[in-house]
Parts: sequence; C-alpha cells; structure tokens
Amino acid sequence: MYQFNYHRPKTLDEAVKALAGADDPKLLAGGQTLIPTLKQRLAMPSDLVDIGSLTDLRYIKAEGDALTIGAGTKHADVAASADVMTHNPALARLADNIGDPAVRHMGTLGGSIANNDPAADYPGACLGLDAKIHTTKRLIEADEFFTGMFETALEDDEIIKEVTFPHPEKAAYMKFANPASRYAMVGVFVSKGPWGIRVAVTGAGQDGVFRASEMEAALEKNWSPDAVANVKISPDGLNTDMHGSAEYRAHLITVMAKRAVEAAG
Amino acid sequence: MTAEISETGIGKPARRKEDFRFITGNGHYTDDINRPHQTHASFLRSPHAHARIRSIDISDAEKAEGVLAVFTGQDIARDELGGLICGWTVTSKDGEPMKVGPHPVLALDTVRYVGDHVAMVVAETREQAEAAAELIDVDYDALPAAVSLASCQNGDAPQVHPEAPRNTCFEWELGNKAETEAAFSKAARIVSLDLENNRLIPNAMEPRAAIGEFDKGTGDYTLWTTSQNPHVARLVLSAFVGVAPEHKLRVIAPDVGGGFGSKIFIYSEETACAWASAKVGRPIKWTGNRSEAFLSDAHGRDHLSKAELALDADGKMLGLRVKTVANLGAYLSTFSAAVPTYLYGTLLSGQYDLPAIHVEVDGVYTHTAPVDAYRGAGRPEATYLIERIAETAAREIGMDPAEFRRKNFVREFPHQTPVIMNYDIGNYEASLDAALEAIDYKGFPARRAEAESRGKLRGIGFSTYIEACGLAPSAAVGSLGAGVGLWESAEVRVNPTGNIDVLTGSHSHGQGHETTFAQLVSSRLGVPLDDVEIVHGDTDKVQFGMGTYGSRSGAVGMSAISRALDKIEAKAKKIAAHLMEAAVEDIVFENGTFTVQGTDKSMAWAELSLAAYTAHGFAGSDLEPGLKEGAFYDPTNFTFPAGCHICEVEIDPDTGVTKIANFVAVDDFGTIINPMIVEGQVHGGIAQGVGQALLEHGVYDPESGQLVTGSYMDYCMPRADDLPSFRLGFTTTECPSNPLGMKGCGEAGAIASPPAIINAVTDALNIREIAMPATPARVWAALQARQPRAAAE
Repeated sequence: MYQFNYHRPKTLDEAVKALAGADDPKLLAGGQTLIPTLKQRLAMPSDLVDIGSLTDLRYIKAEGDALTIGAGTKHADVAASADVMTHNPALARLADNIGDPAVRHMGTLGGSIANNDPAADYPGACLGLDAKIHTTKRLIEADEFFTGMFETALEDDEIIKEVTFPHPEKAAYMKFANPASRYAMVGVFVSKGPWGIRVAVTGAGQDGVFRASEMEAALEKNWSPDAVANVKISPDGLNTDMHGSAEYRAHLITVMAKRAVEAAG
Repeated sequence: MTAEISETGIGKPARRKEDFRFITGNGHYTDDINRPHQTHASFLRSPHAHARIRSIDISDAEKAEGVLAVFTGQDIARDELGGLICGWTVTSKDGEPMKVGPHPVLALDTVRYVGDHVAMVVAETREQAEAAAELIDVDYDALPAAVSLASCQNGDAPQVHPEAPRNTCFEWELGNKAETEAAFSKAARIVSLDLENNRLIPNAMEPRAAIGEFDKGTGDYTLWTTSQNPHVARLVLSAFVGVAPEHKLRVIAPDVGGGFGSKIFIYSEETACAWASAKVGRPIKWTGNRSEAFLSDAHGRDHLSKAELALDADGKMLGLRVKTVANLGAYLSTFSAAVPTYLYGTLLSGQYDLPAIHVEVDGVYTHTAPVDAYRGAGRPEATYLIERIAETAAREIGMDPAEFRRKNFVREFPHQTPVIMNYDIGNYEASLDAALEAIDYKGFPARRAEAESRGKLRGIGFSTYIEACGLAPSAAVGSLGAGVGLWESAEVRVNPTGNIDVLTGSHSHGQGHETTFAQLVSSRLGVPLDDVEIVHGDTDKVQFGMGTYGSRSGAVGMSAISRALDKIEAKAKKIAAHLMEAAVEDIVFENGTFTVQGTDKSMAWAELSLAAYTAHGFAGSDLEPGLKEGAFYDPTNFTFPAGCHICEVEIDPDTGVTKIANFVAVDDFGTIINPMIVEGQVHGGIAQGVGQALLEHGVYDPESGQLVTGSYMDYCMPRADDLPSFRLGFTTTECPSNPLGMKGCGEAGAIASPPAIINAVTDALNIREIAMPATPARVWAALQARQPRAAAE
C-alpha cells in the first residue's frame, strides 16, 4: 500500500469538500474493491475520503411505487430486507449472490455502481429496473449512468446518495458465474414494469453493462422463455478470455435470459 | 487408562492433537515469529519473461527511508555463493548427463521468467522495503521468450540456457524398446491418444516465508523457513550454496501451512535471507504474498504426451509406447528432473500386466516458473495417461471399461514391470469390485436415462490406479541419479517420568503426524496418547531426516520409529530382567507392564523408566543408564498403494457446466493408523484432482510470457460447492516390505481422480478427448464441435 492522506468526513458536504480539495482522491465506502487494489499497490490515490461511517446513507425505504436505497446500504441489508423481498425479490436475490459473506457485509450499493466493474451485478439491476441514481448534484437515469468499463457519468466531486428502484411487475436475475472469480461472466436481468420490458446484460460486454434490445423486442411481443430462447446475440463487442470466447458468452446470454424469464414467471 | 489407549490405538480415529492450536490461532508459523531487531526484505522481480540486464541502478533505493541494504546478483557472486541446485541427475539416452543452466540466487545478467529474482531490499519495515524496491532502476533489454511447450524445441525458438540447445535438458528413455516395437507389429489394434497434463500452481494456504539470523558472537546462522524438509534445506544451503558450514547453520521449519510439494524445494528467498542476515547484522524476515506465490512457487505437471496402446484381438494389452515433452520451466528446481522421469515412466504399467513398455521423455526449458513435484509428482501424469488410454481402448473395442481392466490386471505378485518397479502385493479386482458395488454400476443406465429426461448428459468414468510411495530404497534411487538417500530417521527418548519424546526426520505440514506417530508409540508402549510428544522440523533437535513428500512419512518415517521402538523395548526388557532377577527371555511386555512369565513379578512402564535413569540397580550388569534409542530405516522397496476411483458426472448442455454427481474411491493403503486422518487425506487429494480435471490451469501468455492466472480472479481453486460428498472405501493388502504394513495415502486422491473425472466427461459427451481442465467453455465448445450448429437448432 502506498501512502495517502486519510479523511473521515462526518457529513456528505464535508466529503464533497474533501474530494474537491485533493489532487487525486478516491472515495472509500465498503472497500471491497479499493482496499485489495491498494494492498496490491495497483492504485496510488493522494487522498482517501472514507464515507463508510456515514450511517445516514444506510437505509431502505419502501415509498409509493418504488424502493429507495441509501448508497451506503450493504448488500446483506438488501438481501435481508423484508421490503425488498416483498416488492422486488429479484433485487434481494441478486444482492444475496454478490461475492461472499464478507463482501456482502462490507460492500455497498453506491460503491458497486460507482466502480462499475463490468462483471458486477448491481449495474445489471440498475439498468434492468430503470433505476434513478440520486447524487449530491442531480438525478441520473440508469441509462445515462453507466458509460463504459469502470466509467460512469459521475463527476470528480459528485457522490451517490441513493438509488430509487421502481417496483417491477416481474423480474429476475440469472448469473453465470466465472468459475474462478465468481463474478458474473454473464448476468442477465429481465423485468417487466411501468417502463415496459428491460433486458440488461452484465459481465459479458467489453464496455460493461448493456441492454439487449432484440430480446426486449421479442419479449414485448411475447413474454415467455421461448421468445428469448430463439434470440441469438452477436458476439461482437463481447469479451474473450481464458474463461470463454465471445461466442460462448453470446450463447450464455440467451441461456441466462431464457432462465431469467422462466424464473420471473 | 487402558480403555483410553484402546480408543487411540492403531486403526482408531483419534482426534488430531495438533488441531487445538491450529483452530484456536495458537499455531506458530514462520510469519508469527518475530526476532529482536528484525528487519524486512522485499524482492524485486522480473517483469519480463526473458531479458538481458544491461544495468541495475540501486542508488535511489539505497537512499530511501528505512533502507538498510540493497543486494543484487553481483553481491552474491562477489561472495562466491553457489547457485541453487537440482538434486537428481538424469542421463539422456545417448549417455550424456542432463544439460543444466546455472540458477543464481539473484539474477546476474539475464532474467528467465516473470517473477525471476533481480534484487533484494532490506529495510526497517516491509512497506519501506517494498517502496524502495520500486526505486531500483533496471535497464532491461527485453528478448523474445520460449513459452509454448509445443514449440520450445523448435530450431528457431528463443533459448533459455546456452548450455541446452533446443531448450532440451535431457532426452530420457525407459523400458524395453525392441520388445515394444515387436508388440506393436503383431497388434490386432493400436489405440492412440494425444494428451495434455495441465500446469498447476500449488497454492498452499500459507505462503512461503523465511527469517534469517546471524549470531556475530558464535558465527551461527539460524533460518526459520516454510520447509517440508529442513535437513535437506540445510544440506543444500551448506554443501552446495555455501551460506554456512552445516554445523553452523540451524534450519527450523515450525508449523507449516500446507506444502503439496512446493515447500520441498530450496528457493532464492530463504537463501538470500540467511546469507544477507550476516551482511546486515540483523535478522531479516520475508513473507511472500499471494501474488509472489503464483509467480515464483514451483509449479506442477505440464506435460504433452502421445500415447499408443497395442492390443491383441481379445483386448489383452500387448505394449505401450509413450512420447512425452515435460516442462521444467526456466531453471531446474530441487527435484524437478526426477519428477517427469523416475516418478513418471516407472508407473506407466498401471495395474496391468503389460509385457512391453517404452517411454521417451524430453525435459525442456521454457521461460516460465520452475516446475517440480506437486502432490503426486509424476504419478498423476502417468496415471492420467494409462487410465485415459485404457478407457479409450475399451470404448473403441466395445468392451465394458471395468471388464477391460479386469482382463488386463496383474494378478500374481511379486510382479516385475518392464519399467523398473516390482509390485510386491495388491488385489486390484477387490477394489474394483468394491467400487462397482458402491457406485451401483448396474444402475447406471437407468440413472443416465433419468438424467436425459431432464436434458442432462450423464457419464461414468473409471480409474484403476497404482502409485509408488515409501520413497525410497537409497541404493535404488542412487543408481538412478539421486544425490541423496531416501531413508528416514527416528529417535525415541523415554523420560525418567515415563513420558516420551519422539524425534522424527519426517515433517508435518497438515498430515497429522503429531497424532498418528503418537498413536503408534502409545499403542506399542502402553502409554496414553498425551504422554507422547512428536518433535520435528528443527535441525538442532533432530539429527537428520529426509522430510515429508511422496507419501513417505507413514511407510518410511513410522517404520524408523517402529525400529527405534524395537530397540527401546529390547533394552527395557533387559533392565526389567535385571531388576526382577529374571532371564530376558522370560520378560513379557504388554499393555505397558513388564512381567516375568509364569510369576506374579511385574513392573509398570513408569517404574521402569525411572529405574532406567536412577540406575541404582544396575550394579554388576553391562547396562548403560538411560532409555533412548535411534534408528535409521532404509526401505527395501517402494510401496504400491492402489485402488479404484469411479466418477459420475452430469453435464448441462446449455451451459457446459459439469457437476460431479457421484464419486467413489476404494483404496488399498495397507495398514491404516488413523482412518479419520486417512479419509481427510483422500478428500483433500480428490479435491485437488477435481481442481486439475475441471478447474485449475496455470496459463502464460504465449507471446509475452506474462502469467495470465496470477490471482484467484483467473486461477480457479476448488471450492466446497464444486465438490460432491465423496464415498470412500478401503480394501487392504498389507505391505510386506515394511514393519507396519503401510503403503501411504497422501497423494492417492490427486493421482487417481483426474482420469476418472475426464473419462466420465468424455463418456457423457460421447467424445474421445477433452483437455483438462474441462471448463464449461471447453465442454460447450466440444458439444458445438460434436453437433453441427444446424443440427442443434
């Protein structure tokens, strides 16, 4: 680990100020990606702004037709929430399958989507559920938020406050885990709701999470597993590595989408 | 008290004595030890697979905060230290000894793999040492690298060592070539198979670590290190590297958290820590991190083979012909040359009466980490080859794979194979039959049909394996090129109060010796298990020992203890005879009591122990006071654990995911001291076999030579949910060559299981061959190749 200046702000405002005042700062929330990266000397931030202790970012509210989840909410909180299980069980199950118990009890919703790891699960849920991301500056639609691998629409001194997930009528997430890392090699989130039909794919794309519009169109016509089973996804733009070719990932998207629609009912 | 011993005697599942300290965090691993005035080391490693070092500028690093010293290969060369050695010399078929490139402790002018050691920084803290290492400015001239095993012998391949043209260290052969050619010329059928045995990275839970300390007053060095064989480390470091004379160097291997072979070897880091401790004048600690373990622990396996099996018209095996290219990596590690030769070619007869075998092995250098023994060491590669081709042959001639094996089993013992080994005893049909029964082989077609109704592909695969343990008769291995003898030593020290210290040259790093060795002593002497202390891992306490690997600690290490116990018993009887005024022949020793046969005169163990040390009653005898005996046990033959593993898999054709549905292992390990510990060894071994067959793969980028699988993000270790509940059984033929009848159990699971799993996968997919690891992507690709896309739709 390299040397850095450590800040532990008591409010979001103080955190924003600390970010603004530093050369090359990093926000620390649950630290499940950042701490290992620091320990391996793969990152050298000038300042670490630790918002992990801002407990007023850790909440789940069921209000109106949506769940609103504070950015500091742990994955385990989401997985165990009765409100989430009632209104959006697919989201609860997704959270329950992130990483291992240590990750789920430390990692946060805000940290996950701000990092936008192309193999993370939450970006799939955000895009697949038409989520609204509220920051210290504005509201960002999920469609606008994820801009590329480890890239988001967030500005340098902008912090995620909470995420609103409108209740779906039907939703499910199916993950094909990378055998080694257990991150999503292909994760497909399907939903039906006020926004229509969404199919979001995480893990497979070179630019991170994306929507499979051909599948959405097929499901618009006919919400059934068979409708997506015949949709072939192009391998263009998908990852190829030792764990699988782009063709294999393209095939898995179809298989996982079919299983997700089955699970969503 | 006797009842208590009856619960912990030979054959009883006594609970492991060592586990209390391990599971309560009270173990003492190398990194737990801190010495007064200790400093910390960090190693700068090569980022290139192959480069010439033009210059190394250490000036900024030397000036960095907390830095005490920076050493390069030139510093070590100035001290005229020797390089690291390979302790086994293999001779090529043309009579030439293997071609050895030098292996400096720190690189001199060339680096030969990513992770190769370039410089050592010693600082007050680990962070300071790591930070300073990054300030070392190395001017590299990056060169093309020979990475691919398939092409490294080509004329135009980059050269790893000038001493070894075509990167070929040796071209070795074994067997009866002429008879093999004759067998093939009269064969009714020849089955051939090209096989890859995938590279594995050991991943012991505890990374390697070392502390070197020099005593200015006495000139003594002490090295704490993660070793499976501290005496061998001391011997190599003194006799070959020249760190210190043997009597001025103490090597301590305290609690060690797993080795699997990777901690047999003598590496640069501990060598440098010991050497530099005198230069710096303070103790130096180094603890590797996981990334360093991936890069620089010796890897395992990595063979490419072509196998051919000749059969007569009835399916009887006539001959086996094998050509293997074995990766040795960039440098020869401590026992690397022996692994793909004498630990591999000698096992190619399997359980079969194979009259003719000829095997050729090219050991080759590549710009990758050194490759050496890893759980099984050569024997998994041999077993994989013979069991894969046996199954393939059975399928091709339309014979049931179990019946094909039964037809070819060795049935008469001793059995001399064409590849050195003389099988002493076994009953292969017994383990096969028990395994067939346990897995309900007859019910398999119904299970396959049921799986099919759920859209799943179910397959079954066999492995009737044999391996050689109990390494090894010293004269035999000496004649084959070993630089050491492979006996073991033991010393039994009875204390005046009757409890017992047993010093052993074996080393426990997870095997449970503190329990099993104590079980032997406890039941022989009739003392409670807790009265026996097993002492190991310190060259100042144990006189000499060859360490633990090759499943040798039971068959060889315990045999040495048994011999020492014979001597203890003999002397104790003499003392008892003298004190009870009887003839030695009339003394009976049973359940910890000496009695004079036919009388009511007796002495308890504790009473006799005290008498041995007070020596008040020895007047007029030639008895020496005390009760302490030692033994060196040199085995007269290898031991031959054998058995049958059967695996059933179920494959999801949509995703290519293979699930192990059923796994049965029936093993013949000879005498079993503690069945709970043996089952644990088999479980762990099979888990590693499942890892090799389905999950683990050490991969280098073929161009750059960068390690692609340098972390758990890409290197797939088995997890609990990858594994089924194993069903184990035992059949027993006692080993005739050692006093306890033991054969060894530590590696069998890793040796036997991979071919059973791959035979099951190829059966499910109805294909001839799939490379290990059979990952979902590979299985899916195999299915696509089998079924044209159009047909699948």
